[in-house]
Amino acid sequence: MEWVNAIVQGILLGGLFALFATGLSLAFGVMRFVNLAHGDLAILAAFLAVSFASTLDVNPFVTMALVVPIMAAGGYVLQRFGFNWSIGADPLPSILVTFGLAVVIQNALLEQYSADSQGLDVGSFETRSIEFTDDIAVGWFPVLILGVAVVVLVGLQLFLSFTRMGRAFRATSDNPSTARLMGINDRNIYAVVMAIAFATVAVAGLFLGIRQTFGPTDGPAQLIFAFEAVVIGGLGSLWGTLLGGIILGVAQTVGNQVDVEYNVLSGPLFGHLIFLVVLAVRPSGLLGRRQG
Amino acid sequence: MSGYRISRRTPESTVGLIGFGALVVVLATLPWWDSDGSLQTPLVAILYYLALAQMWNLLAGFAGLVSIGQQMFVGIGVYGLLQMAEVGGVDPYVAIPLAGLLAAALSIPVAAFAFRLRGGYFAIGTWVVAEVMRLLTTESNDFRGGDVRALTRESLGGYSLETRTNSVYWLALALAVGGTAIVVLVLRSRLGLALRAARDNEGGARSLGVSIGRAQLVTWVVVAFWTGCTGAVILLHTTSTTAGSAFSVTRWTALVIFMVVIGGVGSTTGPIIGVLVYWIIDEQLGDADAWRFIILGGIAAVMATVAPKGVYGLIQQWRPLQFFPVRRSLAGGLSTNSPPQSAEPEAVVEEGQ
Repeated sequence: MEWVNAIVQGILLGGLFALFATGLSLAFGVMRFVNLAHGDLAILAAFLAVSFASTLDVNPFVTMALVVPIMAAGGYVLQRFGFNWSIGADPLPSILVTFGLAVVIQNALLEQYSADSQGLDVGSFETRSIEFTDDIAVGWFPVLILGVAVVVLVGLQLFLSFTRMGRAFRATSDNPSTARLMGINDRNIYAVVMAIAFATVAVAGLFLGIRQTFGPTDGPAQLIFAFEAVVIGGLGSLWGTLLGGIILGVAQTVGNQVDVEYNVLSGPLFGHLIFLVVLAVRPSGLLGRRQG
Repeated sequence: MSGYRISRRTPESTVGLIGFGALVVVLATLPWWDSDGSLQTPLVAILYYLALAQMWNLLAGFAGLVSIGQQMFVGIGVYGLLQMAEVGGVDPYVAIPLAGLLAAALSIPVAAFAFRLRGGYFAIGTWVVAEVMRLLTTESNDFRGGDVRALTRESLGGYSLETRTNSVYWLALALAVGGTAIVVLVLRSRLGLALRAARDNEGGARSLGVSIGRAQLVTWVVVAFWTGCTGAVILLHTTSTTAGSAFSVTRWTALVIFMVVIGGVGSTTGPIIGVLVYWIIDEQLGDADAWRFIILGGIAAVMATVAPKGVYGLIQQWRPLQFFPVRRSLAGGLSTNSPPQSAEPEAVVEEGQ
């Protein structure tokens, strides 16, 4: 029964990974842009929530109403007046810019908040759960995270399929110069994409902060998990991202269970190995389109 | 076409080589005239950082392989030497090239995974592999990477402290000079021509029969070897380690990337400038570790957008100096029946160095 429980918990954990991966997947899909500061932005959002929750004396859930718009605005401005300069056929400038930003965020957080671990306390909701059997209990909060992840991904898919702006996203993704000829301002599109990416990763960062304690240097690990979810699921597929997140989540919780029972491997390591296996066997990911 | 010749030499490259040679001689004799070690001590780290910077630049600036996993090769070098010297009883100096070979051997299966990814995803992919190696080292009962492990007196081979201090310095110098020489030699070879052709126009290079994947793999393995040797020397310098510090992304990759980006990606002189800039900033900051990363990371991020060729690129805009003879140019031809196109006596045929 421990194994069933591990799988159930893994599926729920996968919701968080999918939420982390959404922004990475979208930015890559529309503008072939890989933001190496993605994980650090989530941690930054969580720290902002800590500050707001203590100065305004409100529940961390409430701070979401502040943190998410702030992060989205930051993403828009940063892309419009910064990252856009580094976009081009050569991926090197964008890698260097975002990697520099990642290290700056980590160390600025370290300087501002010290290396101590922080947590976001939302009260009893965090620990409430439904017990199915003695061994299997499903927490309300992990269910909420998975639910939000599904809503975000479905919403994004509908947005891409049925709105004018979503069509502009897809057109820019297919061919930016032709899209420009049709009157689409691609630099604005890129900035909106980054705003959405920042908003989703801010939500993910807040959920992470509620789920567990976190420190200024936890960003890279979140970037790596998000990236693994994207690659497992398949580049450029939002449903793949959800599937990839769930597979990674299950791999990690099952890995932890293996560690408990046999004292070999740990959760994250097991997740990395599953990622490498998928990369070796199916480099385009489970739901990704084959590419050259 | 008689009278034309392809030349790599320029007046300043002759000056550059003589100056570089003289500098190496001065540095090599340093232990005899810098008796209190006030220069020697900080130079050890500066020199092995130059070796790491040249290697990362060869990958990212020339081979199109932007790796954020260089710490895996440093870590393999560190733990390779540690295990060989501690468990195998190998002389530590003999173990240095062996550790490099180990890194080179392991780099091939790593490439089998990482080369499936491109651009930014290649960068994170190499990072994941380095992370896997760090975790395996931490969790392994043989490597005990979670504990601080130090080289004991016996495994250091019974050499005196002075011998070790000086030999580590000379080794670091050899790694820096050798690393620079490797880049120059690779760029002058057919391999370097293939890499740069691929970088400038991948489709064009392919259609001319350049095997890009093979050229990248060879470069990757060479870089792994030299970075692994550097890791081994780093352990001889520090004499103790944990998996966390041996496989540290900030120390062995982030700092190195910042140096190269500030100095100039895609040139041989850039990493040297970058390491010197780092040295100056580092001396000013002392122990303010977080600020060091904020300042260096900030400068690197801004430079990558506004001056993608770094300080060296800015110098080049002012005056096109070429200190290392790696770029071919067409010279001569004026004295014979010049075809009308040769109105320009010297045309650069290969861009981007």
